[in-house]
Amino acid sequence: MGESPEPFDYVTMAIIRTINLTKKFRDLVAVDDVSLEIEEGECFGLLGPNGAGKTSIIRMITAVSPPTRGEIWVDGRELKKYPREVKAILGVIPQIDNLDEDLTVIQNLLTFARYFAIPKEVAYQRSVEILHSMALKEKRDSRIDELSGGMKRRLIIGRGLVNAPKIIILDEPSIGLDPQARHMVWQTLRELRNQGITQLLCTQNMQEAARLCNRVAIINRGRIIDIDTPQALVSRYMSTQVWEIDVTSDERDSIIRELESRQLEFEEFAGIIHVFPKDDSQVEGLPGAARAATLEDVFFKLTGRSLVE
Amino acid sequence: MRPFSWRFFRLWQRDRDVFFRLWRSEGAGAIIEPILILLAFGMGMGAFVGNIGDQRYIEFLAPGIIAAYAMFAASFECTYGSYFRMEHHYTFDAILATPLNVEDITAGEIFWGATRAFMTGCIILAIAAAFQLVPSFWALLIPLVAALSGLMFASIALFFTSIVPSIYTFNFFFTLFITPMFLLSGVFFPLDRFPEIVQTLSWIAPLTPVAYLTRGLFQGEFQPNMLLALGIMVAWAVVFFSITLVTMRRRLTK
Repeated sequence: MGESPEPFDYVTMAIIRTINLTKKFRDLVAVDDVSLEIEEGECFGLLGPNGAGKTSIIRMITAVSPPTRGEIWVDGRELKKYPREVKAILGVIPQIDNLDEDLTVIQNLLTFARYFAIPKEVAYQRSVEILHSMALKEKRDSRIDELSGGMKRRLIIGRGLVNAPKIIILDEPSIGLDPQARHMVWQTLRELRNQGITQLLCTQNMQEAARLCNRVAIINRGRIIDIDTPQALVSRYMSTQVWEIDVTSDERDSIIRELESRQLEFEEFAGIIHVFPKDDSQVEGLPGAARAATLEDVFFKLTGRSLVE
Repeated sequence: MRPFSWRFFRLWQRDRDVFFRLWRSEGAGAIIEPILILLAFGMGMGAFVGNIGDQRYIEFLAPGIIAAYAMFAASFECTYGSYFRMEHHYTFDAILATPLNVEDITAGEIFWGATRAFMTGCIILAIAAAFQLVPSFWALLIPLVAALSGLMFASIALFFTSIVPSIYTFNFFFTLFITPMFLLSGVFFPLDRFPEIVQTLSWIAPLTPVAYLTRGLFQGEFQPNMLLALGIMVAWAVVFFSITLVTMRRRLTK
């Protein structure tokens, strides 16, 4: 406030732009030289295993964590100079449940609206609308600990919309939800995208990324490995089909010798051999079955299958 | 150190709303306990103590109790209260996603702690007046002293909250800092029984100037040391408020 804003940057239409973004904690490089451009109106996914740096990127973009190096521009403003102005147009939907347990459902929304200095009448009207669209109308005056997990999640998403944000930032929005609740969350997010709200979605759920995201960045060990549409990533890294062989111990060695003699690309993981044939003739006569290649295959291929603790 | 903005008021409003939603459980202890102390020590034990100067013991004790319970109100609010909001409910993390920053949250918590001290000061003063213990109209200024002392103790308490590794560490804060002051800062007996050196040292404890100033206003007797007391309180408040703005930022943004 007070400074004369010179907000617009005409070089690019990107609504979120990070330039060489880096975050170090003591001897750990959590985010390593990440440059991203997220276009207005798209749903952009950050995909990566635990500890890949997704949450660190989000924490920096929401001004909670200062970058060690690099710049962040949001809606034409540099975040470092205008953190309040930037946060005013963001809707943040965190992974942890941080609803205000001392307040009722509607008070959570009204109090949050007050942090954004939204006038009382507008805040009330909007809160009622949000409760309606999140199917929480009946729970208006309930305490937070009376809500189910799915209801809490919906309220957290609703709370992130109370300031009518231009951009919403979601960290694992459907984690821990049953399939019904998850589909309802996805439906809500698709509707928001149709309204033109930009979304930055951080997830480990491939189905979620493939369904919702226009573009996806795959991240591993703090670095971006590739960025593209989910379909383009699948066709870039995978053959159209994956051949899966469920192996028992006595036939395993002979199958692997066979795959090697056919010079096939394959991976063994959790008792299943995934074969990546160039065409169907290569897998003729092998046991197992074909399935369509998915974003998950790309994810494993690029980030590895070993467990990250 | 970064400054806070008017937005601290939004957090103050949040804490106020929660307090008045839960005031039966939050407020009851704040009223009942000082009444019990006044009855037990003031009237019960006071009968054996006799007079202090030309005052009945309960008249000596009442302003000390106001000072002590204002301290408790601000200290509990900004230790256990703030710690729960910060570490268990992640309330501050949620608020940091809004236009408020760490400094607004810090200032909001401290000003709310000061408000609790102010309310406690008003309530106990009213109780003392109901017992017909208040001899001077200057006592009407006591809630303001309680608010300033609240600002000081809330700042000290929130500073401690910003550096503790776990909630159990508050045991040290209360046993080694708050309780000794409650017992030895002139709440229950005049400090002039102690050797000169101990009297001087006791002014290091932040409750001593508060008890001294509150008692002076209560009785309507003015001494030059009351200005000194006011100065000491302002100094503690400014120092710890400023440090806490820095340490809270360190704790909440990593």
